[in-house]
Amino acid sequence: MAYYQNIFTQVQVRATAPDMGVDSQRIERFGKGAFVHLFGRFGNAQIGPIYLGYLGVMSLFCGFIAFEIIGLNMLASVNWSPSQFIRQLFWLALEPPKPEYGLRLFPPLNEGGWWLMAGFFLTAALLLWWLRMYRRARELGLGTHTAWAFAAAIWLYLVLGFIRPLLMGHWSEAVPFGIFPHLDWTAAFSIRYGNLFYNPFHMLSIAFLYGSTLLFAMHGATILAVSRFGGEREIEQILDRGTASERAALFWRWTMGFNATMESIHRWAWWFAVLCPLSGGIGILLTGTVVDNWYLWGVQHGIAPSYPHVFPPVIDPASVAGAVK
Amino acid sequence: MKPDLTLPKYLSLGYIAAVTGILVTVAVFIKLGWVVERAHITQNGYRGTAMDQIKRPEVERMLKLANALPDPIDKASPDGDKATAVYSNVQVLKDLSADQFNRVMLSITEWVAPEQGCAYCHNVENLADDSLYTKKVARKMLEMTRHINTDWKPHVAATGVTCYTCHRGNPVPANIWYTNPGPTRAAGFAATNDGLGHPNAINGSTSLQGDPLTPLLDSKAPIRVAATQALPGAYGAPIQTTEQTYSLMIHMSDSLGVNCTFCHNSRSFSNWSESTPQRVTAWHGIQMARELNMTYLDPLKGVFPANRLGVTGDAPKLDCATCHQGVNKPLLGVSMAKDYPELGGVPAP
Repeated sequence: MAYYQNIFTQVQVRATAPDMGVDSQRIERFGKGAFVHLFGRFGNAQIGPIYLGYLGVMSLFCGFIAFEIIGLNMLASVNWSPSQFIRQLFWLALEPPKPEYGLRLFPPLNEGGWWLMAGFFLTAALLLWWLRMYRRARELGLGTHTAWAFAAAIWLYLVLGFIRPLLMGHWSEAVPFGIFPHLDWTAAFSIRYGNLFYNPFHMLSIAFLYGSTLLFAMHGATILAVSRFGGEREIEQILDRGTASERAALFWRWTMGFNATMESIHRWAWWFAVLCPLSGGIGILLTGTVVDNWYLWGVQHGIAPSYPHVFPPVIDPASVAGAVK
Repeated sequence: MKPDLTLPKYLSLGYIAAVTGILVTVAVFIKLGWVVERAHITQNGYRGTAMDQIKRPEVERMLKLANALPDPIDKASPDGDKATAVYSNVQVLKDLSADQFNRVMLSITEWVAPEQGCAYCHNVENLADDSLYTKKVARKMLEMTRHINTDWKPHVAATGVTCYTCHRGNPVPANIWYTNPGPTRAAGFAATNDGLGHPNAINGSTSLQGDPLTPLLDSKAPIRVAATQALPGAYGAPIQTTEQTYSLMIHMSDSLGVNCTFCHNSRSFSNWSESTPQRVTAWHGIQMARELNMTYLDPLKGVFPANRLGVTGDAPKLDCATCHQGVNKPLLGVSMAKDYPELGGVPAP
C-alpha cells in the first residue's frame, strides 16, 4: 500500500504511457509527452504534449519583449558590463517617466519611454495569457474559477501600474521594474501617503493574505493527515463521505468547534486568495486619489490611537518664527 | 479495504532531521563560540511603539576606540600682544592674543596635519605667504568652525566643534562627499532612471537614489514629502522625491549609528508631535550642513587643485558623517570646544 501521509511525495502514480487527455480535447498538440522523474517528486511527472495556440504564442512573445526591454535597459545602466549586471541585478531598475511628463504617451525613451513600452507589452502578455487560460478551461469543460482568480491578481497589477497613475495624472506614480526598486518603491509609497497600515483596505488585504496562508496550511495538513484513509481523493469524498472526511471533520470540531466541508474549504480558499489582491487594489486606488495621508485620516476616524507623550512637546522647528524653511 | 496504519520506513529520515534540529537549537542556547553577542536594546518611546535603539557591543567598543581624544594642549592667556601685532596677514583670528594664536596653530597641526607639519599649509620661509592652497582652505575652515560654534548652537549646543571633530588627524576628513553621477552607463536612449537602481554606501545599499546629498544637502530644495492633511489637495511630492528623501534619511541613520526611531515614530514619520526631541536637533543639523556646504565649501571650488575635486569638478563637501562618524553625538558627546575658546566655543567655567 502506498503512503501519502508523509510531507514529501514518496510515490509517483503514473500511467504506463503519457495521458493524452479527455476526448473533448480536440486541439492538435506537439509531441507525445514524456515522464520526468524529478518533476514527479513535486507534481505530475508528465510533461507534454504541448499546446500553445496563437494566444499562448502571442502572450509569450509580448512577455519576451517586455523582459528584453527591462533586461537590456538594466544592462545598459551598468554600461553593458556582464559582471556588474550580475552583481547589481537585484538593485537594477527601469523607472517610470519623471513627474514632469505627466501622462504623456511618448516621453523620451531614456526618461520613461522604455518603461511605458515594457509596461504595455507586459500587460498585453498578461491579458493574452488570461484569455488563453479562460479558453483552455472552457475547452476542457471546466469552470473558469482559475481565470477569475488570475484576473484578481491582474486587477492589482493594473491598479498599481495603470489605473491609479491615470487617476493621478502622472505615470511617475507607477511602480518601477526591478527586484529591490519595486520594494523600495513600496516603502516610499507608504511613507509618502502617510502609512498604508492605516488604510482599511490594506488591512483587509493583509487579513486575506495571512488568512490564505493559514487556510492553506490547515487544508494541506488536514488532507495529508487523512490521506491514509483515502482523504486525498477529495472530490470523491465530496460526493461520498468516507471515514477520511468524517475523521477530518471531527478533528476540527474537536479542536476549534467548527469545520469546513470537503467542498466548502475550497470556496474559503478561493475567496480568501481572490479577495487579497481585490481589496488591496481598492486600497491602492484610494491612495492619493481619495486619501492623501492615511495616518491623519486614521486619526480623524478614530483608527489611530494616541499614546501618552513620554518626550517633552516637540514642535516643527520650521514653524517657529524666523526659521529657515 | 482495511487501511494499513503502520508507519512508513521513510519516517526514520524525519527522525534524523528532528534530532539534528534539536541539537542545533540546543547549540544556539548554550552559546557555542559562533554566537554573536547580544545587542543592547533600550526602549525609547512609549511601550508598544517599537521606538527602540539597538546597540551592538562590538560596534560600541570599536566606536570607543575610534573616538579617543587627542592629547590636550596647554591653555593660552588671552592677554598680551595681539596676534595681529606679532604676525602679518592674520585675517580670521584677529581677536586672539599671540599666545592663543600659536595654540591654535599648534592644535591645527596636531589635529589636521600631524605628519605633514606646518609646511602642509605654510611656506616655512615666509609664514604670511598665501601661496599654498591648503592655507586658504584652512583659513576658510577656521572661519567655518567659529561660525558653527557661535551661530549653530541649536545643533551643536554648548558642546561645539573643533577641527578634530571632522579631521581626526587626517588632512582631508575621512567622510566627505562629491556629487556622484552614478556608475558609468550606456549613453543615448537607454533609460537613465533618475539615479535610482545602484547600491552604494550613501543610500545604504538600497536601490534608492545614489546621490541624495547633492539635491538635498547642497541646496534649499524641500525635503518634506508626506501629505500634511488627510484628504488630497494639489498634486504633492512625487514618489521619486520621496525616494530621494528616504535615501537621505538612510544616510543620516547610518552616519549617526541610530535607527529611524531615534527621531521618528514610524507610525507617522512626518508628524512632529509624534517625534522625539532629537528630530529638532537633526533638523537644525540639516539646515547647518546645507548652509555650510553652500557658503563655505562650494566657494572653495576655485581654490582646490584638480585632484581635490570630484568627478564633476565640484568641491569636497560635508554631510552628517563628516562630524558624527557613526555616533549620534560626535566624539561620544565629549566637548573639546569648551577648552578652545579660540574657536568660538563657550569656554569652560
